[in-house]
Amino acid sequence: MENKKIYSVVGLFDTADEIIHASEKVVENGYKKFDINTPFPVHGLNQAMKLKSSPMGYFALVFGLTGTAIALLTMAFMMTFDYPLNIGGKPLFPLPAFIPVTFEVTVLLASIGTVLALLFVFFKMPHNSHPLHDSNYMKKCTTEKFGVCLEADDEKFNEADAKAFLEKLGAKEIETIYTVKEDVPPIFTKQFIGFLVFTVIVISGATYFVTNKLMFMPPFNWMMDQHRVNVQSVSTFFPDSFSMREKVEGTVPRGFMPEEYKESPDSAGKYLQNPLEYNEKNIALGKKKFLTYCSPCHGNLAKGDSRLKDNFPKPPTLHSKKLKEWTDGRIYHVITFGQGVMPSYAKQVTRQERWAIIQYIRTLQRALNPSEEDFNGAK
Amino acid sequence: MEQNNYNYVKAELPKSVGKTGVAFLLVGIVAAILAFVLEPARASFSSLLLFVYLMGLGMCSLFLVALEYLTDAVWSVAFRRISEFMTPLIFIAPLFAIPVLFNMHDVFHWSHGEAVQTDKILQWKSPYLNMSFFLIRFIAIVGIMTLFFYLIIRNSGKQDKNPDQKYTRINVKLAAILIPFFGISITLISIDWLMSLEPHWFSTIFGIYYFAGSLLSAFAVLTLFSVKLKEWKILPDFLGRDHFYNLGAFMFAFVNFWAYIAFSQLLLIWYANIPEETFWFIAKFNGSWKYFSIGLILVQFIIPYAALVSQPSKSNYKRLKIMSVWIIFAHLYDLYWLVMTTFDKNGIVFGWIEIGFIILGIGVVLLLFRFVYAKRNLIPVGDPKLNRCINFHI
Repeated sequence: MENKKIYSVVGLFDTADEIIHASEKVVENGYKKFDINTPFPVHGLNQAMKLKSSPMGYFALVFGLTGTAIALLTMAFMMTFDYPLNIGGKPLFPLPAFIPVTFEVTVLLASIGTVLALLFVFFKMPHNSHPLHDSNYMKKCTTEKFGVCLEADDEKFNEADAKAFLEKLGAKEIETIYTVKEDVPPIFTKQFIGFLVFTVIVISGATYFVTNKLMFMPPFNWMMDQHRVNVQSVSTFFPDSFSMREKVEGTVPRGFMPEEYKESPDSAGKYLQNPLEYNEKNIALGKKKFLTYCSPCHGNLAKGDSRLKDNFPKPPTLHSKKLKEWTDGRIYHVITFGQGVMPSYAKQVTRQERWAIIQYIRTLQRALNPSEEDFNGAK
Repeated sequence: MEQNNYNYVKAELPKSVGKTGVAFLLVGIVAAILAFVLEPARASFSSLLLFVYLMGLGMCSLFLVALEYLTDAVWSVAFRRISEFMTPLIFIAPLFAIPVLFNMHDVFHWSHGEAVQTDKILQWKSPYLNMSFFLIRFIAIVGIMTLFFYLIIRNSGKQDKNPDQKYTRINVKLAAILIPFFGISITLISIDWLMSLEPHWFSTIFGIYYFAGSLLSAFAVLTLFSVKLKEWKILPDFLGRDHFYNLGAFMFAFVNFWAYIAFSQLLLIWYANIPEETFWFIAKFNGSWKYFSIGLILVQFIIPYAALVSQPSKSNYKRLKIMSVWIIFAHLYDLYWLVMTTFDKNGIVFGWIEIGFIILGIGVVLLLFRFVYAKRNLIPVGDPKLNRCINFHI
C-alpha cells in the first residue's frame, strides 16, 4: 500500500447546477489541475472551469493544409508535368477540376490527423489506461452523478486539504484514487495482441471470401453470366460464328475520301502537291509523328540506322539522292500505300500528318547536308 | 405555462441613427433623381441592383424569422426582432423596381419585340419572358410575401401584449406554409430580375445562388445591428458571447454555402463547356471585369472565411462587426458583378451614380430600423421561448 502513488482525490455531486458551482469554487481556490466528469455535456461548464480553448484546432489546421498541399501538388505533378493528358480540351492544370479532390483530401487528412493527434498526443497512446478506469467514481459519473477530480500533480495539492475542501463543498463519496502501476501498456498484453491477430485473420479471410468466392456465386454472378458473346469466344447465334457483323457491301465511313493514284506512284509524284505551309508548327507536328511511326525503322535522323535494323531487311536512308529528288507527292504515295516491306501507314497517320512528316524529312535532309547558302544564312 | 420573468425597458436609439439615415436618404434620393435625368440607362441598372439587394434582404429576413419558428430555435429569440425590423423591405424594395419598369428596354434585351422576332431562342422563351407575365409574377410575389409578412409579424407583435402560446403555434404553421412560397418566389425573383438580363443564358442553380448570397447578407445585417445595439448598451445583458457565437457561426456557414453554390455553378459550366452556357462566364472575364471576377472569390469567400474560421473570432464583437460590414458589401459586390456586366460588357463602371444608389440603400435600411424600432419592442417579451434564450449556453 505504501508504494502506491496518489493520483487524485475525487468527490461526487448530485446535480448539474451543483457541479458548476463546485467547479467555480475549485477555480477560485487556486486549483489548476483538476477535472470534471459528467454523464452528459453540461452547458456553461467550460466557463465555470475557465478552460482555455483547445489546441485541437491547430492540429486540424496543419493537417488540413498539408492535405491541400499534397492533393494539389500530386495532381499538378501527375497531370501537368509527369504525364500531361489532354482531357476534354481542358488546360493541363485544370484548377476547377482539382478543387473537389483537393477539398476531399483536405477534409480527409484534417479528420484523420485530428483523431491520430487525439490518440497519440492527448491520450498518450500506447498507454490506454487511466487511474480513474474501473473506479467506483467513474461508474457513478457515467450513469447519474457529477464528479470533481482534484489531481495530485497540482502544486497546491495535499490529500487531507483536498478531502476537507471537497467535504466543505458538499461532495459525497470522497475517496482517494491511486495510480495503477503497469509493466506493459495494456495494448501490448497477450490478450490484446491475440485479439488484433484474430481480427486481422477474420477480416482478411472475409475479404478474400467475398471478393474471390462470394462474387462468383448466385445471385451475385447474374450480371457476369449473361447471354452475350464475350471477347475471344465463339458466337453460337450467327452461322459464321463471328459476333461482330461485317459492313454492308459498299458502305463507307462518314467523311471518307478515297486515296488517289493507288496504282500509279509516278502520277502521284507528278500531280500531288504538299498543301501545308512550310512552317515551324507543321514541322513540329511532322517531327512528333516521324519519331512515333517512322523512326523505329528509318532512325531518329532518317539515316536508316535504327534499333530494328538487324531484325528486318535494312531500311533505306532517306538522305539518298533518289529521295532528295523525289517530289513530296511521291513520298506521300509511299507512306500512304507502302513500298516493298514497308506497309501502308494510312491508318496510323492522317493526311495532314503525312504531309507534315514529309516536311520534317525535308528539314532533316537539309540539316544533315547543308549547302553553302545555309551557312551564309546562319551568319 | 412558462412565465417570462424578464423585464423589458425600452431604451432610446442614439439620435445619430435617424440623422444619418435621413442624410443618406436625402443624398441618395438627389443622386438617384439626377442619375435618372442624366443617364437613365445606367441609373436603371443601379436601381435594379438596389432592388434585388433589398428584396433579397427583406425576404431572407422573413425566412430567418420563419426558420426560428420552424426549428424551434432558442438562442435567436432575442435577436428575432432585428430580423423582423428588416422584413418591411419586402414592400419597400419594389419601389426601386418601378423606375426599372419604365426603362425596361434599356435593361432587358428580351423586352424588345423586334429582337424577339428574329431570335428563335427568345421566341421559344417568350411564353415566360413577356411583359405582362413578368408584371404578374412581380406583383404576385410582392403580394404573397407581404401577406406572409403581415400575418407572421403581426402575430409576433400581438404576443408582446398577450403572452399566449397560441401565437407561436399559429406562426409555426404559417412559417411551414411560407417556406415553399418563399423558395419559389426567391427563385423567380432571381430568374426574372438577374438571370433574364442575359436572356439566352440559363443556370438551374441560379436561384439558390441568389438565395445563398441574400441569406448571407440577412445574417450580416442582423449581426451588425446586434453588435451595434450591444455597443450602445441597448441589447439586454443576457445576450452574451454564446449568443453572438451562433451569429458568427451562421455567417461563417453561409460564406461557405455561398462559395459552394458559386463554385458548383462555375465547375459544371466550365466542365461541360457548352457554348450556350459558357458565354456568360466568358463575358465576365472580358476586359477589366476579369480582375473583378477573380476579386469576387477573394472578397466573398477567402477573406471572410479566414477571418471567421477560428472559434474565438466567432464571438469577438469587434471581429463580428468588421466582418458583417464586410459581408454586407461583399454581397453588394456579388450582385454588382451579376448586374453591371450586362450594362457595360467591356469593363468596370463605377462612379457617383452607383455610389448614390448604395447611399440611398443604406439610408433606407437605417431609417427603416429607426422607425420600426420606435414602434415595436426590441425583445419579444411574450415569447414562451425567451426564458430558455436567456439561459442559453453553448
